Amino acid sequence: MPQSQVKMDVRKVTPQASVIDIEGDVTAFSENVLMDAYTDASSDGANSIILNFSNLDYMNSSGIGLLVTLLIRAQRQGQSLLAYGLSDHYRQIFELTRLNEAISCYAGEADAVAAASNGR
Amino acid sequence: MDERQDEIWAKPVARMTVSELPVGATNLNVEGRQPVSPLQGFGALWQKTYRLRLRGEDVTPAQVMAVWKEKFPQFQPKGNRFYPPVGGVRSGEIIFIESTVSAWPGRLPGIPISSGVRVIYNDDECFTIMTPQGFPESGWNSFSTFEEDGETWVQVQSMARAADPIYEFGFRFMGGARFQEETWQHVVKAVAAHFGVHDEPVQVIRSCIDPGFQWREIRNVWQNAMIRSMFYMPVRLVRKVLRR
Repeated sequence: MPQSQVKMDVRKVTPQASVIDIEGDVTAFSENVLMDAYTDASSDGANSIILNFSNLDYMNSSGIGLLVTLLIRAQRQGQSLLAYGLSDHYRQIFELTRLNEAISCYAGEADAVAAASNGR
Repeated sequence: MDERQDEIWAKPVARMTVSELPVGATNLNVEGRQPVSPLQGFGALWQKTYRLRLRGEDVTPAQVMAVWKEKFPQFQPKGNRFYPPVGGVRSGEIIFIESTVSAWPGRLPGIPISSGVRVIYNDDECFTIMTPQGFPESGWNSFSTFEEDGETWVQVQSMARAADPIYEFGFRFMGGARFQEETWQHVVKAVAAHFGVHDEPVQVIRSCIDPGFQWREIRNVWQNAMIRSMFYMPVRLVRKVLRR
């Protein structure tokens, strides 16, 4: 099985919100890393999970599928999923796949954290 | 950023438009329809994976994928007609589909259904299609090849929900899910057979990502391609008679 080419770190930015910093490639092989990061991000009862794509190198259609799985998991836990740091290219892919209708995208961390604090 | 990414992914569109219709295809339930993701469907969300190893065959994933794209319609089971774009499988293009859906397989005759899907991702080892409103499923299908432990695999992976309550009922209780699974197993077996692999089993992995219904999407039934194709049947018959 090919190895995952991604690293994900979790930061607690407010009592209600955690950021997952994504570095590398998001593909089918990232599933365990992403779900482990999500579990870690949710462990303190965060109701908003913010994905930081600033250091994303590459994402394919399987990676998009993983984000759908993550989104459903978060929704079932009553959490909202937000994102920032997407390049224009990946913003366009969020639009193409209509992920942008369920995952709110922001320019930077401050905006995403503010939105999370406002319950968006 | 890899510059090829712009060619690999399709551009977003609000609605599908048909510029060139392949010979034999019907532009029904395609033009003007919004492409839909697994987030817009009604039924339970399933990810289903069908994979088969090309045991002992010395072919690369890219070689297999090139053949798969070229002969895509030939690998479909009887009754499923796919019309790929004139220029081949490319991101942003539409693959037209003519299929038959039976409300009760084996007991009731099939209803012809016409629609099409949009290619949203296309690289040397994978392409992904996205369905339009009215299609039985709301979501994506990825057709891919990859290498694992020194051998090439072929794989179909779907991530989709039934688009509306009628389709959900059909998938659950009228044999629709079984028909769909048989279809994709047939496809991976046909690709393998093309490369001389005949006895490998298909691995099927089913994962229900969301068992719930999205009741807010119940109005999708208005776009149901099966019902609309059924109403179109008299037009189809008249055209057939006039062509004679």
